[in-house]
Amino acid sequence: MALDLSYNKYADVTLDEKERLFDEVKADLRYHHALYGCYECGICVAACPSARFYDFSPRVIAQAAAREDADLIYTLMNDSVWDCSQCFSCDRCPRHNSPGMLITIMREVAVNNGLQTARKALEGYGRIIYKIMSTGTQVSPDMLQPNAFPDWGGHVHEISENLDIWRRALPPETLHTTETGWAVDDKTIIELYLIWHMTGVMNMIEEIDSGLHMILVDVMEEKLEEAGYDLSF
Amino acid sequence: MIHLPVISAKDREFHLPDEPPTEDHHEALEELEREGEIIIQRIPEPYIEVQTKFGRTKKIPVQKTWHHKSCGQCGHIPGYSTSIFWLNRQLGLDYLDPKDQTSCTAWNYYASATSNPAAQAAVAIRNFAAAFETGYFPIIHCGTSFGHYKEVRQSLIHYPELRKQVRDIMAKLGKKLVIPEEIVHYSEWVYALRDRIAERQVVDMSHITATVHPACHYHKLIEEDAIYTPEIYGAQRTAVITGVLQKLGINVADYSTWFDCCGFGFRHILVSRDFSRSFAVQRKIEVMMEEAHPDLTVTHDTGCVTTLDQSQFAGKAHGKKVGLPVLADSQVAALAMGAHPYKVLQMHWHNTDNKPFLEKLGLDPEQKWREFEEAVAKLKDGSKKYLTWEDTD
Ligand code: SF4
Ligand code: SF4
Repeated sequence: MALDLSYNKYADVTLDEKERLFDEVKADLRYHHALYGCYECGICVAACPSARFYDFSPRVIAQAAAREDADLIYTLMNDSVWDCSQCFSCDRCPRHNSPGMLITIMREVAVNNGLQTARKALEGYGRIIYKIMSTGTQVSPDMLQPNAFPDWGGHVHEISENLDIWRRALPPETLHTTETGWAVDDKTIIELYLIWHMTGVMNMIEEIDSGLHMILVDVMEEKLEEAGYDLSF
Repeated sequence: MIHLPVISAKDREFHLPDEPPTEDHHEALEELEREGEIIIQRIPEPYIEVQTKFGRTKKIPVQKTWHHKSCGQCGHIPGYSTSIFWLNRQLGLDYLDPKDQTSCTAWNYYASATSNPAAQAAVAIRNFAAAFETGYFPIIHCGTSFGHYKEVRQSLIHYPELRKQVRDIMAKLGKKLVIPEEIVHYSEWVYALRDRIAERQVVDMSHITATVHPACHYHKLIEEDAIYTPEIYGAQRTAVITGVLQKLGINVADYSTWFDCCGFGFRHILVSRDFSRSFAVQRKIEVMMEEAHPDLTVTHDTGCVTTLDQSQFAGKAHGKKVGLPVLADSQVAALAMGAHPYKVLQMHWHNTDNKPFLEKLGLDPEQKWREFEEAVAKLKDGSKKYLTWEDTD
């Protein structure tokens, strides 16, 4: 789909609001290591996988940020950043920029502010966030279900049919699990939950998906209370 | 006609600049340790010294390694990690496969941005501190964990406020802010040990042609930590994978999209796979097959094996030129040393037909599969709960 970069595309959002969000991007401690200006040379675009299959350009994003164009940054934050593959091929920028890092920051600001486009980009993704935040491993063997990966062919069906046995056939004893990538200690999971709470990640989840937040809080509270923690700190 | 002077071969050698263009993380870490801000976990002896992109020396631990596992490897391509452990066992090296380890959570971070630098750094340092407490040195299985942990290290070096935040969190967990002397990827360990692996090679691979796909987060993200050597690609491309394959006698063939990523995309592989499939098939697999005619392609990361392998099914449905087996370097090294293709390499978790490749190596895939099924029958009839390393011999 062609990217519409016309001025004031999001006319219903005030320039003040767009500037507030851009200021949030710039306030990130990594911002000044992600952008040192832009030659507009296009080297990042030449290296960029997403630019080959989408109407997407790291150059446009670096330019908009370097020119302090809050209006364009707002459009890109909504319509473009989720196309990025986060491969960091663009780190070969001759000006030592990291457009990929700039995009990471823009995505974080979009999530923190609950932008509708961020919610849409993450539709269908909630189960992954649930898995990583609640179990400490992101993909699990039991995710290999034919309906989740129809484009991977019949072999996914074969794995899901044999899952329990094939997992028990793995020689490392940490890998006999089906619901997590490997066996993670309870104590380790508790420490991970504490990290999510102490660093504001739970608030980010609440902003983007309140239903998921409720489920996660339930799961975590029970384990944390069992381990003798209250969440008042 | 313009006469161009002929330059002697000696003069045409590539020379690194005297001063590396990037800062030396070793010095920065040492200074922070002197100031009492962090603890450095040092590489245990014995170690092997290798050279990185800008000519610095990196120490690779030989043993006493703490295996930081990968979600995608353990979850969906478990023969990847099993082969790493098998190599350690065959070489008689001490290692630890911990349960006190979480994912680096960076796959989720790069996919959804539902995290932040403090959380990411705290997850990393919690794992590093857990390794430090055991006395074993972390070795990172996933390319993204490797790249991300280098990013975390860089952030912790540069941002005192982040250090303070992470130190306070660690104090609440009863842990210290520990940073390893080097962030070591498992493929660097395979590379460093390639002579020992080749000494034990029992399967001839000299008639095999392979292409190599290097992982973006290995050699592009904080590029200076990746291994380079003048003997391989004249130090213009990373030497990992290629150095191992060449040592095993495999012909590594070049192709024009070597630098391209695999198409994984983090969020794309999960919720926007049309992009991943198209990229993997059209920019990587088809190009490799048309230009290099390989028997297999070899890579060293979770996402790359997954994307390059799984995408070929849809490619076939679209009549694309596909059918190229995809393995990790650890699997190829184990196979060369005689590991079982199903009990150790777990090749049945891979998608693209790899039987012709096994046959070309003189192995009988049907017979090997029967051996695996016989072992598994004991699990089915209840006479055994699990297969163990003894069953792989
Ligand atoms: S490579 Fe760097 S300088 Fe060139 S266009 Fe991209 S961001 Fe700008
Ligand atoms: S990180 Fe994003 S912008 Fe940069 S090369 Fe990769 S896909 Fe393109």
